[in-house]
Amino acid sequence: MVSASESLPSQALPPLPTGQRLRAWFYRNEAVRGYLLLSPTLLVMIGLMIVPLVGMVGLSFFTQTYVSIDYTFTLNNYWTIFEPSDKAAHFLGIPFYLKKPIYLLLLFKSILVSLAATTAVVVLAYPMAYFLAFRVKRHKMAWLILITVPFWTSYLLRVFAWKIILGFNGVINSGLVSLGIIDKPLEFLLYNPFAVVITLAHAWAAVAILPIYVSLEKIDRSLLEAATDLGDGHLERFLRITLPLSLPGVIAASLLVFIPTVGDYITPTLVGGTDGIMIGNVVQSLFSKGNNAPLAAAVSVVSMMTITIMVCLFLWFVGRGRLSRREI
Amino acid sequence: MKRPSSVDPMVGYALFYLVFLYGPVLLLPLFSFNDSIFVAFPLKGLTFQWYAQMVENDALIHALGNSLKVGISASIISTILGILAAKAMTRFRLPGRGVVSGMILLPLVIPSIILGIALLVLVLNVFKIDPSLYTIIAGHVLICVPFSMLVMMSRLEGFDKNLEEASADLGENSWQTFWRITFPLAMPGIVASVLLCFTTSFDEFLLAFFLAGNEATLPLFIFSQLRLPSQLPSVLALGSCILGVSFLVVFLSERLRRIGLQKKPAASAEAT
Repeated sequence: MVSASESLPSQALPPLPTGQRLRAWFYRNEAVRGYLLLSPTLLVMIGLMIVPLVGMVGLSFFTQTYVSIDYTFTLNNYWTIFEPSDKAAHFLGIPFYLKKPIYLLLLFKSILVSLAATTAVVVLAYPMAYFLAFRVKRHKMAWLILITVPFWTSYLLRVFAWKIILGFNGVINSGLVSLGIIDKPLEFLLYNPFAVVITLAHAWAAVAILPIYVSLEKIDRSLLEAATDLGDGHLERFLRITLPLSLPGVIAASLLVFIPTVGDYITPTLVGGTDGIMIGNVVQSLFSKGNNAPLAAAVSVVSMMTITIMVCLFLWFVGRGRLSRREI
Repeated sequence: MKRPSSVDPMVGYALFYLVFLYGPVLLLPLFSFNDSIFVAFPLKGLTFQWYAQMVENDALIHALGNSLKVGISASIISTILGILAAKAMTRFRLPGRGVVSGMILLPLVIPSIILGIALLVLVLNVFKIDPSLYTIIAGHVLICVPFSMLVMMSRLEGFDKNLEEASADLGENSWQTFWRITFPLAMPGIVASVLLCFTTSFDEFLLAFFLAGNEATLPLFIFSQLRLPSQLPSVLALGSCILGVSFLVVFLSERLRRIGLQKKPAASAEAT
């Protein structure tokens, strides 16, 4: 079509007035039409996400004065986060008697809990995904649905179910007592980081299984046959072919579980107790109970930066590892 | 290689995993019929009183209504935005495509507590309006658009683009092409997107927690009830109902998806 108009002698087309030419270009240009179609979505995303996030970063440089906000630029909120203080510990109801940068400490702890949960989710999900990809021959779809159905039920209630299981008068304790195995309920089951980890491992299972399953399913089966023909045993075949080739799925699963769980609020609130408090709870209580939106914003910014840096480092590290393997 | 009588250990693991997945979830219906206010073994008698209590709870019914309003609005708005974005992404060569798609998918990787706070700051300080159901809808649209765009992109890439071009060649304008070709072919994807967005919105807690004024959605209501031991059994009854409806929705959407898949080979056979 473009070539047809080009092959015509130029005097056959009288030059159009500029306005019409612009309009013709406008309607024919693919990028313009594409962006026109995209503009409502883009505007909504900018308005609901970019503007608020930028606003939050801006807010983190201001100070809260009782009911209003003092709009003079300051780095005080960031000093508060990095500075050792026991006022913060007192505010959060945590018995820390030593002066410590409490917000950083809690961020660090959230990351550790989230990393533990991610590891648990991926380690538990991998064999299941492997089973789906390599052992299930018929009814694959039925198995996939079976695994994702619990995921579609309320997150809140899935977390709550663990409170019922691990609680002082919960299922495990009441079961063990009525069976006569213990005579007093165990107190250490609920309200600790371990309870948070196991609850997260359960709640995020489906999120991890699916990407791992997809990458396992993609593996060319003839590679495995070739490995067997060349004398590899089951374990060698798994370590040298299946595992490396499923790594993209494992990476995707890790990120999909790690990123949202760092900022989780429900699980630490319901099953974490004071000992299982995470950065999401800190942000929330600073915002509402503490009435200090700028500090909450600063804590959010620091958390977001930390997560982003960790994810980039992780991807860089994984990418480098894979490059070096390719060189060999 | 394998001893003929041995059971595959993978099957054992799969069964263990299913117990791990379903055990906690199935406790909800189990205890919702238990004739005791305490959620503990041994079970007492069988009762339906918690379900009766649940139906009579006005606050619950109101929260359910709110959740339906928010879910329906958010899923329709997000799906429309998702269709537009997916069509632009799959049908046009866009400069800066990676940046745009990255931006639309960004809410998937930002912890929702941060999105919630950022939106609340905007609502309170810039627009100076009170949080309401509308602000919850806005928050839910934000997190549903990425899902919708992904679903719609895979659906739009799934059918033959030539059908659209043929329609344009036969003299239809772009709106007619959209209504008569793209829309019907994309229908299973649209239904899937609406269902996915609705379930996401229906279950979403944190954004609603920040952006709700006096109006509570169902997760907010459940959260408020979890602190009151006397309300626990009716929360379990409610949870069982949500569980049942979720099973039904997943089952139906899977059926729908299959209908969509069965139609596809037939359509391409006609085209060839």
